[in-house]
Amino acid sequence: MSERLKTTFAGIPFKNPVVLASGTCGFGRELDEYFDIGRLGGICSKGLLSHPHGGNEGIRVWETPSGVLNSVGLENPGVDAFIRDDLDWVNAKGTVNIVNLGGHSLQDYLEGAEKLNGAKLDILELNISCPNVKSGGMNFGTKTEVAREIVRAVRAVCRHKMTVKLSPNAEDIVSLARMCEEEGADGVCLVNTFLGMAIDIQKKAPVFQNVYAGLSGPAIKPIALRMVHQVAKAVHIPVMGLGGISTWQDAVEFIMAGAAVVQVGTATFMKPDVSMDIIDGMERYLEENGYGNVEEIRGIL
Amino acid sequence: MAKILGNRALGENFYLLTAEQENSARRGQFYMLRAWEHYPVLSRPISVFDADGGTVSFLYKVVGKGTELFSTLKEGQEITLDGPHGNGFPALPDKRRIALVGGGVGIAPLYLAARTYKEENPACTVDLYLGFSGQPVLTREFEAVADGTTVNVGGFVTDDIDPCAYDAILACGPTPMMRALYRKCTKSGAKAPLYVSLENRMACGIGACLVCTCKTDLGRKKVCKDGPVFLGSEVFGDE
Repeated sequence: MSERLKTTFAGIPFKNPVVLASGTCGFGRELDEYFDIGRLGGICSKGLLSHPHGGNEGIRVWETPSGVLNSVGLENPGVDAFIRDDLDWVNAKGTVNIVNLGGHSLQDYLEGAEKLNGAKLDILELNISCPNVKSGGMNFGTKTEVAREIVRAVRAVCRHKMTVKLSPNAEDIVSLARMCEEEGADGVCLVNTFLGMAIDIQKKAPVFQNVYAGLSGPAIKPIALRMVHQVAKAVHIPVMGLGGISTWQDAVEFIMAGAAVVQVGTATFMKPDVSMDIIDGMERYLEENGYGNVEEIRGIL
Repeated sequence: MAKILGNRALGENFYLLTAEQENSARRGQFYMLRAWEHYPVLSRPISVFDADGGTVSFLYKVVGKGTELFSTLKEGQEITLDGPHGNGFPALPDKRRIALVGGGVGIAPLYLAARTYKEENPACTVDLYLGFSGQPVLTREFEAVADGTTVNVGGFVTDDIDPCAYDAILACGPTPMMRALYRKCTKSGAKAPLYVSLENRMACGIGACLVCTCKTDLGRKKVCKDGPVFLGSEVFGDE
């Protein structure tokens, strides 16, 4: 890997701008059997809550045209277990360690953030956009002024660099991103999944017990790209872009739209080491087009 | 990529696909199969029907877009086989009488199971109970690797088995079938442990995404990584 892909995000050096997205890569152990996850720019943990949580009942995944609906509902071992069992392992990999923190209440978020203050990590990704929890999650992330309370309170407690993961289901994603900047976030990450639905016409019932679920995959890419473009134009803090990125061309599009770093999620299900293909493809593209560094194409549109 | 050696239509939408790939696949494990680039998004988890070191075969049924695409593959074409995954069926060195119960396409992993249990312990008895909703498939092949084969068409294959006649019972099929078998085993006071292979919907197939997890007596477990084979008492015990 050359200097071409090196970049910084909120002052943190990345060896390349490709990060695995929360919820699609566990804590990295399974994918590390396919490729050295140390080659990634970064890895974002499965969404954690302060306490262990079993997640949603019933069907949790449903394939759609060029997409996937999921309703995992933040099944996770809790922050303490993550710190005890996985944190050191991830840190030893030499990739930017991003920890995704969710919550069912403000108290939950604050507890989780406090526990993580004592842990070694690079970025806390504050998840106010999970569509699959009945209370908290996306409910905090659709209205700017409701989200402001969470972002402000966690920012006051969190000693790490902090990004906020935004929901595309927000009333106004640009105002939400501006609010994050005002409240001292070091960056924003968008987009999480779109709220969707599937119906089992034989059972005449919703597929998911929660009725609605989160849509990801190539189907959402054009909308995600548009939102990244709008937000990148509106804020001065860096943007991590994601939403349906499955090829290096997709990744280049997100960078041109203004993302400093991209996250790859659902595409990992198509090919576990697709992130390596994306890194290699971006490198080739930059070389062939005479760019010395990826930052030269950032936000050029 | 693995070269396809054959992809035979067996009737009733069942197909047997054989591909060339070095492997160490064991009974009850599965592969993530893919024969396209981006669409459908997800690869398909398919049980190993049979495997030797150089080839692996899959008995599958066309139920959706992915399996429909598999059914169009021809000898000489290529397919991505990612695996083997999962824990597979256990070794049963001290069990003399083993029953293997399958419903629908759940019969797929029982062929390699029967074959290897017999090879590992020729003195053991392996009986197969195969349930079909339509015309049975591969019954001659199954008969060749088991001591007794009972075929049930259109009824409940769980009605055919006496759990008390066995030292171990392994099952794969629809969840209601396996749950019914678990209840029958419990009610009849059978001593044999029941192992069930779950077929939850999967996305990653490697334990990273948590969409396939199931409730067990020891908390939630990943069907793809911790399973797909569990003790019936682990997953149905508290019902």
